[in-house]
Amino acid sequence: DRYNIHSQVEHLQSKYVGTGHADTTKYEWMNNQHRDTYASFIGHHDLLSYFALVDNESRERIRFVMLQKMLQPCGPPPEKLETE
Amino acid sequence: MYLYSLTLQKSSCITCAVHGNFSGTKQQEIIAAKGKVLELLRPDANSGKVHSITTLEVFGEIRCLAPFRLTGGSKDYVVIGSDSGRITILEYIPSKNTFEKIHQETFGKSGCRRIVPGQYLAVDPKGRAVMIGAMEKQKLVYILNRDTSARLTISSPLEAHKSHTVVFSVVGIDVGFENPVFACLEVDYEEADNDPTGEAALTTRQMLTYYELDLGLNHVVRKFTETLQDFSNMLIPVPGGNDGPSGILVCSENFITYKNFGDQPDIRMPIPRRRYDLSDPDRGILFVCYAGHKTKSLFFFFIQNEQGDIFKLTLTVEDDMVSSIKLKYFDTIPVASSMIVLKTGFLFASSEFGNHHLYQIAHLGDNDEETEFSSTMLLDEGETFYYSLRPLKNLVEVDEVDSLCPITGCQVADLANEDTPQLYVSCGRGPNSTLRILRHGLEVTEMAVSELPGNPNGVWTVKTSASAEYDAYIVVSFVNATLVLSIGESVEEVSDSGFLGTTPTLHCCQIGDDALLQVYANGIRHVRADKRVNEWKAPGKKIISKCAVNNRQVAIALTGGELVYFEMDLSGQLNEYTERREFSSEVICMSIGSVPVGEKRCRFLAVGLADHTVRMISLDPSDCLQPMSMQALPTVPESLCIVAMGSGDSSESEQGVLSTYYLNIGLQNGVLLRSVLDSVTGDMSDTRTRYLGSRPVRLFKVKIQNSEAVLAISSRSWLGYMFQSVSRLTPLSYDALDYASGFSSDQCPEGVVSIAGDTLRILALEKLGAVFNQMTINLKLTPRRFAIDQQNSNLVVVGSDHLCFTDSTKSERKQQMAKEIIESAGDEEAELAKEVAESFMNEVLPATEFGEPKAGNGQWASCIQLLAPDQSLELDQDEAALSVAICRFAYKPDETFVVVGVAKELNLNPSSSSGGLMNTYRMANGQLELVHKTVVEEVPRAMAAFQGRLLVGTGRILRVYDLGRKKLLRKCENKNFPYRIVTISSMGSRVIVGDVQESVHFVKYRAKENRLVVFADDVSPRYVTATCFLDYDTIAVGDKFGSIAILRLSDDINDEIEEDPTGAKAFWDRGLLNGASQKANLEASFYIGETVMSLQKTTIIPGGSESLIYTTLSGSIGVLLPFTSREEVDFFQHLEMHLRSENAPICGRDHLAYRSYYFPAKNVIDGDMCEQFNALDGSKRRTLAMELDRTPPEISKKLEDMRTRYAF
Repeated sequence: DRYNIHSQVEHLQSKYVGTGHADTTKYEWMNNQHRDTYASFIGHHDLLSYFALVDNESRERIRFVMLQKMLQPCGPPPEKLETE
Repeated sequence: MYLYSLTLQKSSCITCAVHGNFSGTKQQEIIAAKGKVLELLRPDANSGKVHSITTLEVFGEIRCLAPFRLTGGSKDYVVIGSDSGRITILEYIPSKNTFEKIHQETFGKSGCRRIVPGQYLAVDPKGRAVMIGAMEKQKLVYILNRDTSARLTISSPLEAHKSHTVVFSVVGIDVGFENPVFACLEVDYEEADNDPTGEAALTTRQMLTYYELDLGLNHVVRKFTETLQDFSNMLIPVPGGNDGPSGILVCSENFITYKNFGDQPDIRMPIPRRRYDLSDPDRGILFVCYAGHKTKSLFFFFIQNEQGDIFKLTLTVEDDMVSSIKLKYFDTIPVASSMIVLKTGFLFASSEFGNHHLYQIAHLGDNDEETEFSSTMLLDEGETFYYSLRPLKNLVEVDEVDSLCPITGCQVADLANEDTPQLYVSCGRGPNSTLRILRHGLEVTEMAVSELPGNPNGVWTVKTSASAEYDAYIVVSFVNATLVLSIGESVEEVSDSGFLGTTPTLHCCQIGDDALLQVYANGIRHVRADKRVNEWKAPGKKIISKCAVNNRQVAIALTGGELVYFEMDLSGQLNEYTERREFSSEVICMSIGSVPVGEKRCRFLAVGLADHTVRMISLDPSDCLQPMSMQALPTVPESLCIVAMGSGDSSESEQGVLSTYYLNIGLQNGVLLRSVLDSVTGDMSDTRTRYLGSRPVRLFKVKIQNSEAVLAISSRSWLGYMFQSVSRLTPLSYDALDYASGFSSDQCPEGVVSIAGDTLRILALEKLGAVFNQMTINLKLTPRRFAIDQQNSNLVVVGSDHLCFTDSTKSERKQQMAKEIIESAGDEEAELAKEVAESFMNEVLPATEFGEPKAGNGQWASCIQLLAPDQSLELDQDEAALSVAICRFAYKPDETFVVVGVAKELNLNPSSSSGGLMNTYRMANGQLELVHKTVVEEVPRAMAAFQGRLLVGTGRILRVYDLGRKKLLRKCENKNFPYRIVTISSMGSRVIVGDVQESVHFVKYRAKENRLVVFADDVSPRYVTATCFLDYDTIAVGDKFGSIAILRLSDDINDEIEEDPTGAKAFWDRGLLNGASQKANLEASFYIGETVMSLQKTTIIPGGSESLIYTTLSGSIGVLLPFTSREEVDFFQHLEMHLRSENAPICGRDHLAYRSYYFPAKNVIDGDMCEQFNALDGSKRRTLAMELDRTPPEISKKLEDMRTRYAF
């Protein structure tokens, strides 16, 4: 039954942030991609070290900057188009 | 193709370290997370050394650690936050020297995901609850408790989620025994996501949220949220309850704030800055780590900023209210990832890059002239406090733990012309960068060297009594005399020792409780404590040829193969056994084991005979001198040594925990055999063979870490010992020795006294467990690439640093600043200002200690360093040297050129530059002289010599250059690479080009048409960091995320190229999957877990086979070894499979899933996993071995063989 599947998908979407759906906009998708990427960079210590080394900053600074970028990684969202 | 992956040296980068009483004793210990490795360190307060007690590979990413202790308990547990989607609680079991999993609860998917907890951990200081948080949204709280039998229990998780929230930091607040409270730094992005004007993002503030766990209602509530003034990165909990005012310190950029609930007003103070700092004044200051210390009467924090300066932070409390924060500059040490203050007065700082340090806290900085800054001091808006730098004053460095992290490159070569190649590793960052030359071996510290009159043929150390702690005499035997030296303040000759000095000595030692024994050719001399001498004379014309002695037993061999045995009775008298034993051939060597604790004798005597056999003789009174077993040898034995090894831990061997007897047999052809002796039958089994060197192997018993070890001397000296319950055989990085003996004195409790030629040397072996012996050469800047010139045995390193001033800019800025000091001063202060300016100009702060001043974005300093002779060239400000190649151009074949790729005004994010340069230098007489500079449109990031020309990758263009008079001349190019070329390696006319995102491209250079043709590429996106050819069709690729892949061109691709000599087809036939027309096949793939920085196919031991050696950013060095037979693959595959289920990784990550992190693991067997077989307990080992139809020793032997065939 379709309704059940629908609710399952909705459940997934609420549980796992970033799960896409038919109406995901490019902006939303990009935002999720970026936030996931930053999370992965911070989670894998070697990647964090890699950036710290290249940037010649402390690891903590790189972590801090990345977390701040997670607020709005791809700039402000586009104006919402009026739906017909 | 099947490969076997082995780590030679584990990662040395400590990402997180915590302390506690993990053994349950009074001793404080440190648990350090090194990426995928968990290590227990024990700082020794007496010697001031940090000892590694156990290391464990967890096959998962350890992201955070937190220790906790249940109320009233005396033992700490540790919680691990990892990428396994599980929370794991471990306990350290001292008797087994391992970590054991107490609890493991699954809560989410695996991987370092945004919303799966594992990134943050916070425990309630009373050990009642733990919060595990994700970077976004999810936070779970587990309640910890005890059950009726005092075992730790863990509740089901309580959720404290909040969507659209990014978490910066989580801590547990000390609230005494009230409901546990956790504080989180959060940012809500929901508004920013829905505001097209972008205003919301700018006005979004960080929030400090308190979560309270209501123990009565069993749920978590958001207790309170407050908006913070500026973004903060770290929270520090302040002791509460009876110990302090509770609350938290919020560290933000440039400010630190104290906060608490209730009436407590916020106390905010700016972070002090360095006085006259050359750094960019717009840069903020962050605190990066802290260490807290509390006693019954006081508490304080050490907090470290990004520049490495430590402050001591104290709070003044009036009527349970904090009235001010006080900060005092303490000292400057390298920027740490974790700091730990130990109760014994030490500070352990694990550097984020470079070696870790242990400091003794000599002063707490209470009574000195250093100004103390207080939040009560009034400052204008935007003003801050200033302090002056100085060398260490309060801290005294006592120990350094070597760390290679970060490795930026590695090449294996034999520049020193030794028989074994060396590893040249560039590591470190900024002013602490080094080039380290690694050789396999144990570092030897020379304590003393003294000349002797003539060439001795033996050396021993003798105690005066069995209970003495240190040795009293060194006895040296010459061809016609024996010299006795006493060990004291100095080493002097003595004559009252009771030893016979007029004859050469075969052996001497302490025997019984307080007697001495000397064996010489004509007899045995037994010197009692009261200097009475009992002599036993060799019968007739026979002389004593060999002997074996321990504390109670003496066995001698007379010429002709006759064996005589003596044993000491209770009165201390040596009695000859009634019978003797004749052998059919001459006795060449013999050895007797030491007497086990609590027994009267050792039951085994090993005798090596000239007929190529070793026989075990029983010394048991019931069957004395009866043969027990025999082993045939390939050649004549040279030396024997029975050692008891087993428990590596000293505390255990005192308790007499069973240790195993090993019989070591040194052969005349330089091979060492090691067999296990059956403790009942004396049967020799599980024989391991190792080639040590070209000379006959002599064996000596020494003491290492309070347990017996064997020193084997051939053309190289080796030490066989147990370390962390693993037996090791490691060469000593030292000259060849002739004789040796254990040595113990006040200054050197576990050393070796040895003879080399006509010198007596006392050696200490300190860095036990280290795989490599390092030689360090300091570099000025972070090494980016280096190139080796095999012909001249030279090496060029290019280093560059972002946010960095060149020396000349620095001195300009310094002058500028001095001028400002003078100008800003008023008339009356002019004199003083001048003085200040002058002292400022003269002040030299070594960058290795205080770091380089940080420049603004896009500013670079670079230098080119030549190793021998030491020469360094500095480039102009904002030129970044990123690549180097040593090239002999066909046009001038006898001259060597060094080409350096330079980026001008490079900006990293967003990436931009104003072009690149290629500086060409001529290397003449060991000097670099600039020939010319060639301008290129993009940054040359990769270059390689190629058929007497130079291949350069600039941006997406691959070009061939040749040497011209005024610049390098373009010969040929291909512009079709996807993003940016980062690596180039070539073999024949084939080139593999690594792209920063799009894996590798196979390029063929067609000399006739002068064209570079991409004829094949890879289907997977790989962020390439290193490539190397394995053969003409096979390559290895390492990437940024830590995977290594082996790619191979199938046979038909080869054929096509041979059939199509024009290459035109491949050139025009583009379009398959947006790339080249042909694709390489994936042969093998494996996840290493750390960013791969170099790959090389080479042999690393003399006589070994070729393997693929890799290094990673975290400082680990490993090899991938090819399997040679199908049976071996099958065996190891099964072993790995069984271990995966029987010995699942301790932090809960699935092993196969971990090794398939980014690409599915293929055809690679994890040797590190397989070697954990040796660490399993006996019964598990046996069942596992049974399933494989083998015995445990067979499996261990196979594991060892696999390792020693290629590596060490």
